[in-house]
Amino acid sequence: MSAGERLLKRAGLYKYWSLFRIRLLNGLQYRAAAVAGMVTQFFWGTMEILIFSAFYQGNPEHFPMQMQALSSYIWLQQAFLMLFDGWSCEQQIFELITSGNVAYELCRPVDLYKLWFARSAAFRLSRAALRFFPVLAVASLLPAPYGLSLPESPAAFGFFLLSMLLGFLLNLSHIMLLYILTFFTIDSRGVRMLTSALHDLFSGAIIPLPFLPGGLRAVAEWLPYAGMQNMPLRVYSGDIAGAALIRGLLLQLFWLLIFCALGKWLIHKALRRAVIQGG
Amino acid sequence: MIEMTDIRKTFRVSRRSGGMKAALGALFHREYELIRALDGVSFKIQDGEMVGYIGPNGAGKSSSIKIMSGILTPDSGECLIDGRIPWKQRQEHVKKIGVVFGQRSQLWWDVPVVDSFELIRDIYEIEEPLYQKNLARLTEQLDLQEILRTPTRQLSLGQRMRCEIAASLLHSPKILFLDEPTIGLDAVSKIAVREFIRRLNREEGTTVLLTTHDMQDIEALTERIILIGRGRILSDGPLSALRERRDSRRTLTLLFSGTLPAPCPGLKILEQQGGRAVLEADTGILPVSAAISWLSERVEINDLSIGSQSIENLVADLYREYAI
Repeated sequence: MSAGERLLKRAGLYKYWSLFRIRLLNGLQYRAAAVAGMVTQFFWGTMEILIFSAFYQGNPEHFPMQMQALSSYIWLQQAFLMLFDGWSCEQQIFELITSGNVAYELCRPVDLYKLWFARSAAFRLSRAALRFFPVLAVASLLPAPYGLSLPESPAAFGFFLLSMLLGFLLNLSHIMLLYILTFFTIDSRGVRMLTSALHDLFSGAIIPLPFLPGGLRAVAEWLPYAGMQNMPLRVYSGDIAGAALIRGLLLQLFWLLIFCALGKWLIHKALRRAVIQGG
Repeated sequence: MIEMTDIRKTFRVSRRSGGMKAALGALFHREYELIRALDGVSFKIQDGEMVGYIGPNGAGKSSSIKIMSGILTPDSGECLIDGRIPWKQRQEHVKKIGVVFGQRSQLWWDVPVVDSFELIRDIYEIEEPLYQKNLARLTEQLDLQEILRTPTRQLSLGQRMRCEIAASLLHSPKILFLDEPTIGLDAVSKIAVREFIRRLNREEGTTVLLTTHDMQDIEALTERIILIGRGRILSDGPLSALRERRDSRRTLTLLFSGTLPAPCPGLKILEQQGGRAVLEADTGILPVSAAISWLSERVEINDLSIGSQSIENLVADLYREYAI
C-alpha cells in the first residue's frame, strides 16, 4: 500500500478511493465507444473550425478572439469533452434512485454524496483518458492557425491545469445536483434537459463566450457555467490572463463551494423524507 | 437486542382514476391518500434469535426492515438496536448489521463477484485478516469457489443470491435482516440458502430476522413468528402455538382399491383421481383413528399417510381471520 493510500485510510476516505479505482478500471474497457467518440470529435472540431474561419476571413477586425486561440479552444474542448460536458452522468445512479435500489447504498457506512461524487469522477475520467491523447496529437500536427498551439507560457499552462481541475469538479458538483433532484421529481429528464441547454449555451460548449452579444456575455461570465468549460479552455491560449484570470479562478472556486454545499444540504433533506420506491 | 416501540409511519400516495379527464385534472389538483404503513408496531428480539416476519403484501414488513436498517425515518415511536437509533446513527449502525433484499442486488453488475467483495471490504473498513477468514468460510459454506471470478451479470439467480448473502456477511454483522431471501430460487438453491442461514444462526449466534412468503422457509428456519397485517402486529409467538390454536384438521392421502363412497360427517374429499384421494378430517368431529377405521371398512387401503394442514393454508386462514 502506498503512502497516499495510507493517508486516505486514516482520513476515512479510502472507501471512496477504492470505488473510484474500480469504476475507473472498469470504464477503461469501453474501447469501441471511445473510438466512435473520437471520430465524432474530430468531425465536430473540423466543422467548427471551418465555420469560424469563414467568419474570420469575412471580417477579422470584429472577431473577438485570435483564430489560433480559438482553434486551441476547440481542440482542447474536443479532447477533454468528457470532463467538461453537461450531460455525462452515471445513468445507474438515476436508476438507483428511481428503482429504489438506493436502499442498498444506504445500508452501507458511506456518505452518499462522496460516494456518488467519486463514482461520477471515475466515469468521466475513464472516458476522457481513452480519448484525449489521440485528439491532441492529431490536432497539434495541423497547420497554424487551425491546429493546437503550444500553451501561451509555462505559467498559462499551470493555470490551465488548475482551472481545468476546478472546472472538472464544478461540473461534477453540478451533476450531483441533478442526481439529488431525482429524489424529489422521480423522473430526471425534465431537469436534465433544461440544465443541459443552459450548460451548452453558457459554458461555451457551442460557441466560446466572447462570441455572445455584449449584455448576455457580461451576465454569462458570472454564471457558474462559465467556469465549467469556457474558463480553462481560454486560459490555455492566454485569452484570459492577469486580473481576469484570478477573478475567474476565484469564481470557479466560489461556485464549486456553493454547489457542493447545496448538494449536501439537499441530499440530507432528501434522505430525511426519502421514500424508497417499490416496496 | 432489537426493541421496536409503537413505531408509526404514514406514506402519502397520490391517487387518480384512469382516463384522460382524470389525468388532466391531476395536473391542477392532486389527490393524496394517506397510507398507514405502520400503525403502532412493537416487538423485542433477543440476541441470537431467529425470527420469521410474515404478512401479506403491503402489510408493512419491508417498511419495518427499512426502519431497522436506518433507511427510513418513522413518524413516531422508538427503535433501539443494541442501543443505537438506526436512522439517527445510520453510518455507525449499518456497520454492525447485514441486509439482504431478495429483489435487489448489492453486487456491481459488470465486475467479477470478488471485486464487489473487495469493494465491500474497503467500504466497511474490514481488516485484511478478518476479511480473508470470512471470505474463506463463506466461500466454503456457500460453495462460491467456482463463481467468485464470474461477473455478476452472468450468474444464475441462485448463484447470485448466494453471493448476495456472502456480501452482507463479510463484515461479521451481529444482526442479519433478510427480506425475501429465497424469492424466485429453485428447490436446490432454496435448501442450500436455508441450510446456511440455520448454520449461521447456530454457529455464529447471529440474530436473524427474515421476511418471506415462502412458508417452507418459516417451517425450516424459525421458531418464532411475528405476523403483521395493515401495519399492526397480529400475533407473535412460536409456530407450534399458532398451529395448535388454529389447526384441528389433518389431511389423509390415500391409495386404495374399490370405490370411495360419499364421506361421513367430519371427513371431506379434497381431491380424488383414480385410486388416489386426499381427504381432510376435522379432528374435532372425527378423530383420525375413527376416520381410518371408517375408510378401511369401505375400501381396501394400499397406502396411507397423514399430515397436518399445510402451513400455507394455515397462514391463508390466519389472513382471512384477521381480514387482512
